[in-house]
Amino acid sequence: MAFIPHTDADVRDMLQAIGVDSIDQLFDEIPQALRVDGLKGVPEAVGEMEITRIMHKRAARDGEPLTFIGAGAYEHHIPAAVWEIATRGEFYSAYTPYQAEASQGTLQLIYEFQTMMASLTGLDVSNASMYDGASALGEAALMAVRANRKSRSGKILMPRTLHPLYRKVAKAVAGNQGLEFIEVDYDHANGTLDLKALEAYADEDLTALVIPQPNFLGRFEDVDALTDWAHARDAQVIAVVNPTSLALIKPPGEWGEKGADIACGEGQPLGVPMSSGGPFFGFMTCRQSWVRQMPGRIVGRTTDLDGRTGYTLTLQAREQHIRRSKATSNICTNQGLMVTGATIYMSLLGAEGLAGVATACMNNTARVVEVMSSVDGVEVAFAGGQFHEAVLKLDCPVAPVLERLAAEDIAGGLDLSAEYPELGNALLVCATETKSEDDIVRFGKAMADAVAAVAGEKR
Amino acid sequence: MTEKLIFESSREGRRATAQAPLRQTVDLPDHLRRNTPPLLPQVSELQTVRHFTRLSQMNFSIDTQVYPLGSCTMKYNPRACNTLAMLPGFLARHPLSHVSMGQGFLQTMHELQDMLKEVTGMKGVSLTPMAGAQGEFAGVAMIKAYHDARGDSHRNEILVPDAAHGTNPATAVMCGCKVVEIPTDDQGDVDLDELRKAVGPNTAGIMLTNPSTLGVFERHIEEVRGIVHDAGGLLYYDGANLNAILGKVRPGDMGFDVIHMNLHKTFSTPHGGGGPGSGAVGVGERLLPYMPIPVVGKDGDTYRWLDEKDIPGTIGRLSAFMGNAGVLLRAYIYMRMLGRDGMSRVSEYATLNANYVMVRLRDAGFDLAFPRRRASHEFIVSLKRQSRDLGVSAMDFAKSLLDYGFHAPTTYFPLLVPECLLIEPTETEAKEDLDGFVEAMIAILDESARDPEKVKGAPYTTPVRRLDDVKAARQLDLVFNPASVDA
Amino acid sequence: MSNVPGDLKYSKDHEWIRVEEDGTCTIGVTDHAQAALGDLVFVELPEVGSTLAEGDACAVVESVKAASDVYSPLTGEVTAVNDGLTDAPELVNTDAYGEGWIYRMSLDSDGELEELMSAEEYLALLEDEA
Repeated sequence: MAFIPHTDADVRDMLQAIGVDSIDQLFDEIPQALRVDGLKGVPEAVGEMEITRIMHKRAARDGEPLTFIGAGAYEHHIPAAVWEIATRGEFYSAYTPYQAEASQGTLQLIYEFQTMMASLTGLDVSNASMYDGASALGEAALMAVRANRKSRSGKILMPRTLHPLYRKVAKAVAGNQGLEFIEVDYDHANGTLDLKALEAYADEDLTALVIPQPNFLGRFEDVDALTDWAHARDAQVIAVVNPTSLALIKPPGEWGEKGADIACGEGQPLGVPMSSGGPFFGFMTCRQSWVRQMPGRIVGRTTDLDGRTGYTLTLQAREQHIRRSKATSNICTNQGLMVTGATIYMSLLGAEGLAGVATACMNNTARVVEVMSSVDGVEVAFAGGQFHEAVLKLDCPVAPVLERLAAEDIAGGLDLSAEYPELGNALLVCATETKSEDDIVRFGKAMADAVAAVAGEKR
Repeated sequence: MTEKLIFESSREGRRATAQAPLRQTVDLPDHLRRNTPPLLPQVSELQTVRHFTRLSQMNFSIDTQVYPLGSCTMKYNPRACNTLAMLPGFLARHPLSHVSMGQGFLQTMHELQDMLKEVTGMKGVSLTPMAGAQGEFAGVAMIKAYHDARGDSHRNEILVPDAAHGTNPATAVMCGCKVVEIPTDDQGDVDLDELRKAVGPNTAGIMLTNPSTLGVFERHIEEVRGIVHDAGGLLYYDGANLNAILGKVRPGDMGFDVIHMNLHKTFSTPHGGGGPGSGAVGVGERLLPYMPIPVVGKDGDTYRWLDEKDIPGTIGRLSAFMGNAGVLLRAYIYMRMLGRDGMSRVSEYATLNANYVMVRLRDAGFDLAFPRRRASHEFIVSLKRQSRDLGVSAMDFAKSLLDYGFHAPTTYFPLLVPECLLIEPTETEAKEDLDGFVEAMIAILDESARDPEKVKGAPYTTPVRRLDDVKAARQLDLVFNPASVDA
Repeated sequence: MSNVPGDLKYSKDHEWIRVEEDGTCTIGVTDHAQAALGDLVFVELPEVGSTLAEGDACAVVESVKAASDVYSPLTGEVTAVNDGLTDAPELVNTDAYGEGWIYRMSLDSDGELEELMSAEEYLALLEDEA
């Protein structure tokens, strides 16, 4: 019996101790009429050898394509030590550290994680993580409503340069509590939020402005001006940032005169595999003054009975298991295992290593842009700098191009034509540090062939 | 045993150079640049490996200790599930890549949806919720969407038994609903008279855990269903305790309209020190149009994502991509290895283990919260008497168990039972380990009579002793400040 | 036995009320309430100038294991709050009726004062609850 240790003799002794004749008798409080007789829709058991074969076959079928998609999930090199250690049973099979004395490893690690994330974002405090970047934004919006006592409207401005999926998730997560998410258009010529577009809302009661940096189109927003604009109107600033980029670019805590109030984003670039989109982890940091409005677990350093330093969950009175219907959120878990991996990753890389990754990403993407601009039928949408993503405009439909690239085992980017019709046949591409010059040249050549073929079909 | 913070091993100029490309020059205007580097440690690879390995050794875990944490189902997490979910083909797949590049993954997800439908008796399954609490959110949001679509937007009251997990009322509020608490009777069942009084034209639904958090099966489930459905409300099944009834009775057959499952409990995906969880939802006929997206569909031989176009009434997306996909892979592998018959063995042996430990503790002189009931896969011991007579609390027992090498049961939950320990052994524990736990409990009971002060001072063998929670909350120290060490 | 000063008025939610000479009322939680809550780690104060109706949740007292709302026992406007609690919430534990006061308010009408309990009535309530 898979994973069940009982011998026949054990079962006999245990039933006798309980005073029943059979295991089935232990279910006698369940109304007979409701009992189910077997689960025919579940296949028969397979052993470890068979399931290994099945899963190897499926994984091999999906292969390891050359990936030039980013859009919220990024392929980075992950040092071997990260998951070797994170999947040690003592991390992998422990639970939420409620019993602090028996969980010092996890607790100290989270304290180190909080320190790293607060510093990376330039803010005071961090929680122990959220589910993912998109849901963290939804929670950050709810937090802004609690923290901004000057605003009653619940209006959150979200630029269209924010990831379209994040905008959808924020609405799904927070929309039931009376928040109003307003989408603000961007400058179609340069791919950044235009202060002029914001002016339409200048006289409204605003709860918060969301500022993505770098934005979904890979461009850098004028974060200083945007932050000051929001603060001048008593709106809070929620920064949505890529943690890798923060090794190089100005952190949210230093934006504008006063800095952003809350920063959040996707932690996946910090050592978590793409793995079809999860498990990832969201991070959230904020100013000290809002810490009691922050959702999720938080670890604090304290001392034990003998005066030794130790770590424990703190500020738990905000949370659902104590505050129930008045909690800051219903969130119960964090993404502990992913945080474990990320903390090891950040330790191995250090500030200098992370800056190395960030610069390689920027330069590789610049190289992709350079290669693509010489391909017939492809032009670069926006002139000027970008982090590790760029928008290409094709002179033919994007979907069949991506299909042709897929046939060459290249994940060639994300089709933007449905979400950003004003950009025409637009494709978002990304190159991280994992891409070599040969990879980029191969991508360019395959793109040229695919565009030529699709354009040819059209004619 | 203590371990320095990794920042304290940091030395200027030290790097794990193998791990990242060297910093290149880059074209970035000054106003965008970061001026001071972030506080990440400057340590070698060996220092990092040693530090985090040592930290791991300061944890209790399923792999190292019996972990009878009630309502958390801390069963063995088979290693094959991890190894196979981390095959390069799965890890390298970008969530937005072309479906032709993900048929192996999508097929697996489609089959997982089908298996979960079968074990729960529901009509549709969406795998996207990333934890139990998000599954709850999806469930209540669907109930709300259902009423809204019928022009019943005034239905905004969610009934929640007083024994429920704190996530239930918190979830109802996140969905814009009001919470109406329903009391429990002295045998642990929902008080039906109070339920009848509580339902009405504003009832949106009820959230029920069955078996409940009190460790007993809700015997009046058919009456509860009748009362709530007759009032126009829907039934939500909190799957926290699905392990107890797997293959025996299905939420769909009990009349539930929507359920969430905790794959990290019932289907043995890792708890990971507090996540990732995975809270797949199952729905009956009435809520199919509102499922969270994406869902995996099949056209002929090809698997593909179903989105807003396929499910226009959806409550939307709860994660940027596909929830905790890698966790879902682990659940799939576990379910395949158990197979059809293994499913019911889970609940059978979990129940056997719980009832065995319950009876042995009762015989040793412990008070059970519900002595006339069968245990489900867990049960409650109340130490109210010991607390009164000996001055030793449930928390003291919990801390003392750590010295005996057992993780503590859940303490002070559910809130209804004073000085309680909620004990869930799970099916993967062997009889001799259960006996060891019982003997430790007996030894602590003896010690409490002889030397209560000693028990109150426990634990003694863990890396730290009891921590000052009050200091932690009053003098918040949430991030390391290097200046505090230099000074 | 809890300390229940005779010169104060009390609410059923375990708040005390002192009528000051200028007619405003100072409000805090009783010694019984602070003992039940345990060591306080944070007090969320109302905003000066905000208007409260009787029964409004206006402050939160937080211990390690619980967070409880303080419900305003009276209707009126908040005229002062005890900022000292921000850094020293433990004052509520050590001096519930003095340094541990929470806020002061002016009343819309004096009528509500008569609804409050005397020390004797509050002591009887505590005995009933015990």
